[in-house]
Amino acid sequence: MDLRRPNRPVIGPKVRQVGFVTPDSAAATASSSIPAVSAAAAAAAATSAGSPPSSLSPVMIPPPRHPSTEMSNPHFHPVGSYNPSEQILGSPPALSPSRSSRFDADGSDFGGDDDESVALSGVGAGMTPKSSLLMRQPVTKTVPLVSETHKRDSNVSKGKGAGPSAAPKEKLTKAERRATQEAQRAAKAAAKEAAAAGGAPSVSKQPKPATKPATQQKKDVPSGSGLLQPLAPSGSIEKKQGKKEVAAPHPRMQFDDMTKVGKLKKRAVVNQSEARNRVELFRHLPQYEHGTQLPDLELKFFQLDPIHPSVYQVGLQFLSDKISGGNGRCIAMLLAFKEVIQDYTTPPEKTLTRDLGAKVGSCVSFLIECRPLSVSMGNAIRFLKNRISSLPHNLSDKEAKSRLQSDIDRFINEKIIIASKAIVEHGVSKIRDGDVLLTYGSPSVVESIFAYAHGIKKNFRVVVVDSRPKHEGQGLLRRLVERGIHCTYTHLNAVSYVMHEVTRVFLGASSVLSNGTVYSRVGTACVAMVAHAFRVPVLVCCEAYKFHERVQLDSICSNELGDPDAISKVSGRKDLNYLDGWAQNENIQLLNLKYDATPSDYVSVLVTEQGMLPPTSVPVIIREYGIERLWT
Amino acid sequence: MWWRSASFIRDRQNQNPKPSSLLHSALDDSPSPTSTSMAALNPNPNPISAYYQTRAEHHAVVTSDWLAQSVEAAAGDVAVSSGGAEGGSKGEGGGVGVIEEFNYWRKKPDLAEAVAAIMALAAVIRSSEATTMNELDIELKKASNNLKSWDTTSISLSAACDLFIRYVTRTSALEYEDFDAAKRRLIERAEKFGEISLKARKTIAMLSQDFISDGCTILVHGYSRVVLEVLKMAASNKKLFHVLCTEGRPDRTGLRFSKELAALGIPVKLLIDSAVAYAMDEVDMVFVGADGVVESGGIINMMGTYQVALVAHSMNKPVYVAAESYKFARLYPLDQKDLEPALRPIEFGVPIPSGVEVETSARDYTPPQYLTLLFTDLGVLTPSVVSDELIQLYV
Repeated sequence: MDLRRPNRPVIGPKVRQVGFVTPDSAAATASSSIPAVSAAAAAAAATSAGSPPSSLSPVMIPPPRHPSTEMSNPHFHPVGSYNPSEQILGSPPALSPSRSSRFDADGSDFGGDDDESVALSGVGAGMTPKSSLLMRQPVTKTVPLVSETHKRDSNVSKGKGAGPSAAPKEKLTKAERRATQEAQRAAKAAAKEAAAAGGAPSVSKQPKPATKPATQQKKDVPSGSGLLQPLAPSGSIEKKQGKKEVAAPHPRMQFDDMTKVGKLKKRAVVNQSEARNRVELFRHLPQYEHGTQLPDLELKFFQLDPIHPSVYQVGLQFLSDKISGGNGRCIAMLLAFKEVIQDYTTPPEKTLTRDLGAKVGSCVSFLIECRPLSVSMGNAIRFLKNRISSLPHNLSDKEAKSRLQSDIDRFINEKIIIASKAIVEHGVSKIRDGDVLLTYGSPSVVESIFAYAHGIKKNFRVVVVDSRPKHEGQGLLRRLVERGIHCTYTHLNAVSYVMHEVTRVFLGASSVLSNGTVYSRVGTACVAMVAHAFRVPVLVCCEAYKFHERVQLDSICSNELGDPDAISKVSGRKDLNYLDGWAQNENIQLLNLKYDATPSDYVSVLVTEQGMLPPTSVPVIIREYGIERLWT
Repeated sequence: MWWRSASFIRDRQNQNPKPSSLLHSALDDSPSPTSTSMAALNPNPNPISAYYQTRAEHHAVVTSDWLAQSVEAAAGDVAVSSGGAEGGSKGEGGGVGVIEEFNYWRKKPDLAEAVAAIMALAAVIRSSEATTMNELDIELKKASNNLKSWDTTSISLSAACDLFIRYVTRTSALEYEDFDAAKRRLIERAEKFGEISLKARKTIAMLSQDFISDGCTILVHGYSRVVLEVLKMAASNKKLFHVLCTEGRPDRTGLRFSKELAALGIPVKLLIDSAVAYAMDEVDMVFVGADGVVESGGIINMMGTYQVALVAHSMNKPVYVAAESYKFARLYPLDQKDLEPALRPIEFGVPIPSGVEVETSARDYTPPQYLTLLFTDLGVLTPSVVSDELIQLYV
């Protein structure tokens, strides 16, 4: 700052800018805006501004930001203020025109000084939200944990409170709007995550029984209409951008954002009715009641021409859990895509690379609706799209199709089948005679390791640990016993008892993230931790195509929710009916997680086709052999 | 004296068939040196680790008994090599000749085992009658497999073989005018390896100077030429430091090490191996060498390194490892027993009561979480980088 100060008189527009947004005037506008709100709405405003950090546990759900703040005033994002509220938005209407014009001026007159001017404007703009926040902070702190009903009230009163502030907004000129749009695009990338976390309480929180969430959604809109109406222009922008992107929900989409979920539903093929009593911590994850929609979807079969029947079939199999497991799902999907490519003809006046990419995108979005993608599938899709877009333009349709199909075959062969063979070879080298091996669930690679080790006459015993509700281990147990391997079967509850006799733990993984965290079937972390406590080596077997450059520290940010009924009912025990009709009771929240994250400390070694690696080497493999670097 | 010990008697019983089988393999094995027959007729069925035997010969405080035994062994080797030399030269090469060559180089106390291995492979190239790169490659692979199975306990031997094979595979004859030029280039490269190894030690010594400060106390375990080089350079840089040296039972390599340090004028104190925890609170850092650095970033070193590292870790003292990068091996032991057993005779000075077993393993595995840094000729690395380097080298 000190260095810049002497420069200021030289650069005219900056002086004007800084002069305009003095802290004093900002504070004045902010303070004047507070009385403008009625006393009744004050508490509501406070909750909308400050409740998220106080009401939620220290978990990483981004603070709900109101959509309106997001869309109409993106200038605030780069500044780093975390929670601008309606008051600030509404009150300084003159602020944004000046700023937008300044941007123009900077662009034309002072091209060389861009970064400096941005930095200065950042300081200038930062004052406003900061100072107003400071003023509001005491109010925020006095508000205790917000109850459900309180939130509902606040939602309504927010609408009222925002009323006056909405009025000056409509006076935005065309130029301003354009400037806003541009800034939005810039801010979008940075704010994507945060934007998705928008603050409105989710649909399922409504007190009425959610028999028809779609109508409920409609009912919701009028109650918040005071907020939504002035947003019309920016909303339409959103839509345009959404069309440009893939129609699928963003894989990291936060499902507690009401508006986004609503939009998603309009496009959805699968009738997604939401389970009602969602656990607070896991609200951002999609959760649907699966039971009733299968026949529904089957009826739609003849109405849906854009989706290829083979994709449709695979989607239904995902939905009904007929195909599960990372490799199985990935192979099924790729084979379906192969058929899609086989039956594809480029429509007139379109190019294959673009149109086929879009088509695959729509298939993927259908599959996501059936069940969220696994990381392995995501990587495979990335690979396929990469191949499609890198096709030379002068290829004929036939050549291009056959090339893509052979690419898919090669992916399945090299990255999945041959890779698992290599893993088997590496894994077997760690089995000695007299070992007791423990596995959890039914990982396909581990099964083939055991089968191969048995085939080469190693003398070992297997402990299969299983868990409710899927009991996948029973299938594994049956196949191992049929091969003549000596097995013990137990449930996760007894793992600490059996662990003392175990000499090696073999686990599978849905994916391995770049900090070495293993993302796998729920319960894996538990087994790994018990093994670590007993100082038993934990071998995680995973093909390198499941590695992902993301970093995840817990199982909360990204996960998949299963059917809550699966854990509330015990098959074969009719007398255990305590939870019958639980969906009607607001006080019960059932959580059926599908995955969990095992920290890398509990993993002794990763067995991949590249050899045995410490979990710290995942980034090296991603760097050297990432999906992007495949045949490009 | 120690031949009275139970372990020795047992070992000798195992050892007895050795000469005949070695000769047998020398004469019969060369026609069909396939991997299965190699495994069946292991050319060196001696349960005593050849690697640790060499180390003991070079660095131990040698007792007269040991000397007599080693002379005997050397004589046996010579007999074998004279018999095998003919077989090797007239055979398809690779077979046994490489092992004598290796043994010849191995006897030189200044050479690292890896250098000896590469010299032996260079000799194979020299005597090879292959006419294409591919043939040479196959021949070399055969020779290196022979060498590796001759002494399965030596990590630097197998790592050096792998490294050299890798180098040969990457060198294509196309880069040179003809096959002979490529061959010459390989031999030249192999002969330079001794120099490279010495240079690596110098590099490591340079890199580790920053970590030795005036007035610090260093605990050393085992006899490591690299660690000696490091301390030598620190002393020549006029740094003032203390060294605590463990005794290094059973071959007392620590005694020898302390002698060398005292000759350099470094104040040194000798500890018995069991006094490590007692002395640890006055120690500022632990310095060890390594027989091998494995993929996890852990090290395999002389017995006792693991417990030194454990004690240091529990007292928050840094553990530094000095190792040349040719000791990096694609191994991943999961626990102590997950290694090829490397046995050695242990002398207790008194007769072992009958019915008592003796643990004769010569080395242990120190997991990476107990190591602070590795000083290598590639730079100062954290343990997790080892796997990075190995992946780039081999995969």
